[in-house]
Amino acid sequence: MNIIVCIKRVPDTTEADIFIDKSGKDIDKSGLVFDLNEWDSYAIEEAILLKEKLGGTVTVLSMGGEEVNESLRKCLAMGADDAIRLADPAFNGSDGFATAKVLAEAISKIPYDLILTGTQAEDDGYGQVGAAVAELLGIPHASLVNRLEVHEKKVKARRELEGGLEEVVEVDLPALLTIQTGINEPRYVSIMGIRKVAKKEIKALRASDLNLKQEEVGPSGSDIRLEKVFLPPVGEGAEILEGKPEEVALRVFNILKDKGGLA
Amino acid sequence: MKEIIVLAEHRRGELRDVTWEMISKGRQLSETIGAEIGVALLGKGVKHLAEALKSKTQRVFLIEDERLEFYNSETYEKVLTQLIIERKPFLTLIGHTAMGMDLAPSLAAHLKMPLATDCIGIDVKGETFLLTRQLYGGKVNAEVSFLKKGPYMVTVRSGAFPVLEKDPFPGEIVSLSSPLTDEGLARRFIQHMEAAVGEVDITQAEILVSVGRGIKEAENIPIVKELADTLGGALACSRPVVDKKWLPKGCQVGTSGKTVKPKVYIAIGISGAFQHVAGMKGAGTVIAINKDPKAPIFNVAHYGIVADLFKIVPVIKEKIKELKPK
Repeated sequence: MNIIVCIKRVPDTTEADIFIDKSGKDIDKSGLVFDLNEWDSYAIEEAILLKEKLGGTVTVLSMGGEEVNESLRKCLAMGADDAIRLADPAFNGSDGFATAKVLAEAISKIPYDLILTGTQAEDDGYGQVGAAVAELLGIPHASLVNRLEVHEKKVKARRELEGGLEEVVEVDLPALLTIQTGINEPRYVSIMGIRKVAKKEIKALRASDLNLKQEEVGPSGSDIRLEKVFLPPVGEGAEILEGKPEEVALRVFNILKDKGGLA
Repeated sequence: MKEIIVLAEHRRGELRDVTWEMISKGRQLSETIGAEIGVALLGKGVKHLAEALKSKTQRVFLIEDERLEFYNSETYEKVLTQLIIERKPFLTLIGHTAMGMDLAPSLAAHLKMPLATDCIGIDVKGETFLLTRQLYGGKVNAEVSFLKKGPYMVTVRSGAFPVLEKDPFPGEIVSLSSPLTDEGLARRFIQHMEAAVGEVDITQAEILVSVGRGIKEAENIPIVKELADTLGGALACSRPVVDKKWLPKGCQVGTSGKTVKPKVYIAIGISGAFQHVAGMKGAGTVIAINKDPKAPIFNVAHYGIVADLFKIVPVIKEKIKELKPK
């Protein structure tokens, strides 16, 4: 079972204070901590679990500058065998579709049975790359997978639908699955673990290695362009309760009493 | 005449809300650019749904086939490819749902059609679209445009567009033949499954204390559980808490979990991603506690407390114990 996992390094903004940068086209990322996209951490864990059970190899792919090596090394420390960085300045500014083209070209040169990606990225949330890669490779896919079992040349995958409903599908291998959070418990990677793989080679491939023309990738190979970013309009918003904890607690009590919040 | 086609989404014999939302938005866009609006309905035994859609659009393209009884990306892709090549709609609208997220990226790649996903705003001037999306879990909005010529595909976030009452169309149901054959599919639908229901049915609770990622550790869950108990309410949570197995799936409020409408909803350490908000916006009174003043939850809450939950929640609990009528 040879598995390929596509990953992305993203800034963690869950608890960060966000500001728009000078270009007006992105947030100011200085001071933000970057890590493996949350969905991808479940995808890489699932790949390693499958490898532990069925044998084979796990290869991780990511597109970006040298900083991406940090996330690729984390995956190696988790148990991936090989890491490849799709490294060409021409790839910068690729939208979801252009990114899918780069990944699909790189994957087409590696033998594989299964490709896993995260369902979406925490930063731009397009949720487009996985299924587009499958289409470009001409293989079946299933998205939002929260459980999977491999049987011979097939995989049975459970897809998460809305309202607690799930759907079981069977897909012939080779296939691509986009992984939903919660499918497993991604293993912890210690600093020692990272150190152990510090010297491991991370291959860097450029557009020319992938038979991609410059105009097929980056902004010229993209279908959409980000024009500007802005903070969401604030609606009426919440009335903010201020004061000492004791005073705030008293306000909360009065609100609850008033609104039926005391059973 | 230009045409906008909406893909009807239905499950278990019912049209899903996003269908009506897309039709409403699609109709407004069609009036702006002088286009017609149609809806594509794929399924088996769905004539009654076609009738329900008939007066809402100019045309219902009905493709019935027993192989379309359940959604499958492969069968849908084949049928929609044929329809889109034949009708050449200027714009195809699909829901950004478990179905649309699975279908649209591969269908657009197959048709070499520019795609913008998860849009919450669609504006059009002539042939130029400006789409609004959200980044970084809803903390930032972005405007994106297409770099290439249409036709285009856009997936639409559930609940992003209101359903407006408009004059009915005379409507027309156009039955089209299915291009599907018994030729083997590489993906097959097996069955639907209901997620297990938890011990407490949170949809029935009048008071819900809901906890999110901000709780940090499983060991901290009792802090909010005690508040719920003090209030006589039930404990609920947002997705990350279920993903980390700190609480069972039956406690999850949101798109992939439960939709709740309690009298009071206290959101603790929940940022307020739209998937969560979709499940609780019907609550009577919402009180949010979060240390990030820009957390989107404060846009939907009636009352907000910007504070460290570990400091404020125990104080609130004690105050309620002290003052609550015995």
